Amino acid sequence: MLAEYRILSPTAILGYGFPESSFAAGLKKKPHLIAADAGSTDPGPYYLGAGISFTERLAVKRDLALMLTAGFELDIPLIIGTAGGSGGEPHLSWTAQIVREIAAEKKLSFKLALIHAEIERDFLLTRLRQGKLSPLGSGSAIKEQDITEAVRIVGQMGVEPFIRALNEGARVILAGRAYDPAVFAAPAIAAGFEPGLAIHLGKILECGAIAATPGSGSDCLFGVLNHRSFTVEPLNPQRSCTVTSVAAHTLYEKNNPLLLPGPGGTLDLSACQFRQENSSAGQKRIVRVSGSRFIPAARYTVKIEGVKRIGFRTVCIAGCRDPVMIKNIKVLMERVRERVKDNFSRENYPYYLDFKLYGLNGVMGAGEPVRTTRAHELGIIIEAVAPTQEIANAICSFTRTTMLHADYPGRIATAGNLAFPYSPSDFATGEVFNFHIYHLLEVDDPCAIFPVEIIHL
Amino acid sequence: MIKVKLKSLAKVIRSKNAGPFELTLDIIFPEERSFEKVRKSGVLNAALFARLYGLDINQVLSVVEFPVALAIKATLVRPVPSGHLGDSDVYGAQQHAPLLDVEIPLEEDG
Repeated sequence: MLAEYRILSPTAILGYGFPESSFAAGLKKKPHLIAADAGSTDPGPYYLGAGISFTERLAVKRDLALMLTAGFELDIPLIIGTAGGSGGEPHLSWTAQIVREIAAEKKLSFKLALIHAEIERDFLLTRLRQGKLSPLGSGSAIKEQDITEAVRIVGQMGVEPFIRALNEGARVILAGRAYDPAVFAAPAIAAGFEPGLAIHLGKILECGAIAATPGSGSDCLFGVLNHRSFTVEPLNPQRSCTVTSVAAHTLYEKNNPLLLPGPGGTLDLSACQFRQENSSAGQKRIVRVSGSRFIPAARYTVKIEGVKRIGFRTVCIAGCRDPVMIKNIKVLMERVRERVKDNFSRENYPYYLDFKLYGLNGVMGAGEPVRTTRAHELGIIIEAVAPTQEIANAICSFTRTTMLHADYPGRIATAGNLAFPYSPSDFATGEVFNFHIYHLLEVDDPCAIFPVEIIHL
Repeated sequence: MIKVKLKSLAKVIRSKNAGPFELTLDIIFPEERSFEKVRKSGVLNAALFARLYGLDINQVLSVVEFPVALAIKATLVRPVPSGHLGDSDVYGAQQHAPLLDVEIPLEEDG
């Protein structure tokens, strides 16, 4: 059995990049694995629904090319989780195509595993009728209609499908939606290391150097796991890992820092200890972590995420530099809303119309505690969402022309109310989706819904 | 007794999504002294977060102290889920401002 398992995490999200100098420093430490998570729900529901990555192809290809070549030279696996940002079928095949291109360009030949994570609606409907779906946290129960309306549903796989792919001899693994730490933890667990420590290390590594100070999502972090503890250290000499930077990272994006539920169990950090360690050069840049425990759940559950399409959006960006209008902006908005409604009263189009007012409450909306603005100018975004792009375009455009010339109390600038920074002023942004499935699915076999496909490149 | 604003005691005050339906707020202190002072003041409680963010108290899901990170963390139900109509901050990364000026009463000698 290996005494220690070394992992190079190049970046927080595939496509966010990393300095080649940090990456080279990591390779010198002879990692057993290079891995990265490519995904997040943070960019919102659009990307899962539209089947598009929130990172760009050229940035992803740059990162992947460096990682693939290095993995090949060191003869170690490369594992990518939540390929294409959301981990659905189009995201996975998009990433696989980039890997094929790099393999062809660099003349690399290897066994590639694709792990699929999209879930069939019929399967979910059956599980729902069997009572195997439950809400997550504060959410509400899922209904059959939610499943039939869904554009795409993915499940967040745990470590088991990765271990299966490794056992099948995969050198490069691209996975659909995956629990972020799984890409790091799976091979370590397969090599006989403690799941609690492996998953906790994965939790820290999955955000790259965000756990260092100064933190960065586009720089590398190196982890060394043994059978009692693990260490993390940044590879860029300008960064350090400190007890507080690493411990504070455990808080990041989680609702309870001590009990972190995941596929098949909970990571319990209540007995966790963080200790500063000196590097060989005597600098305090390394943190050692121990006491992390994994508590398997009685029933294996997988988080599922799904989106439905609610319409199409068009936005218009404008500004206002008139103090009288700023003072009367709410009156003006109401007048404009009324005029739009009245103008299309015969057609009775369904639509959603909203104004974002930057300088007033654009960032916090109704929750903004500052009620009156002292701003000398306002940024205004007109937003229309409707069942078709044509209606959304019409509502947005008509709102813009109406707002441009509408009257308001005390108006002295009568030529036009809005400053448009661009021509065209309106932008059709396409489909709009909502996250409407965010639930737990109970499964009998943690691999069954995540089939492993082996491809010889 | 003097009152000090949270922003002058904490080193990090931040907000972020915890999934699309929850918002989580972290307040991290530079050293144990300031962490303990704020913790002992009891000001950062569920009622405060509910008031600052215009929520019912049951929408404040947790307020947790995490001494090893010198941090206090609160998790709230998002009034509008990430990316839904009417949302104004898809990542939830700019919802921390109401915390900056929260006043913490301190003993004069503290």
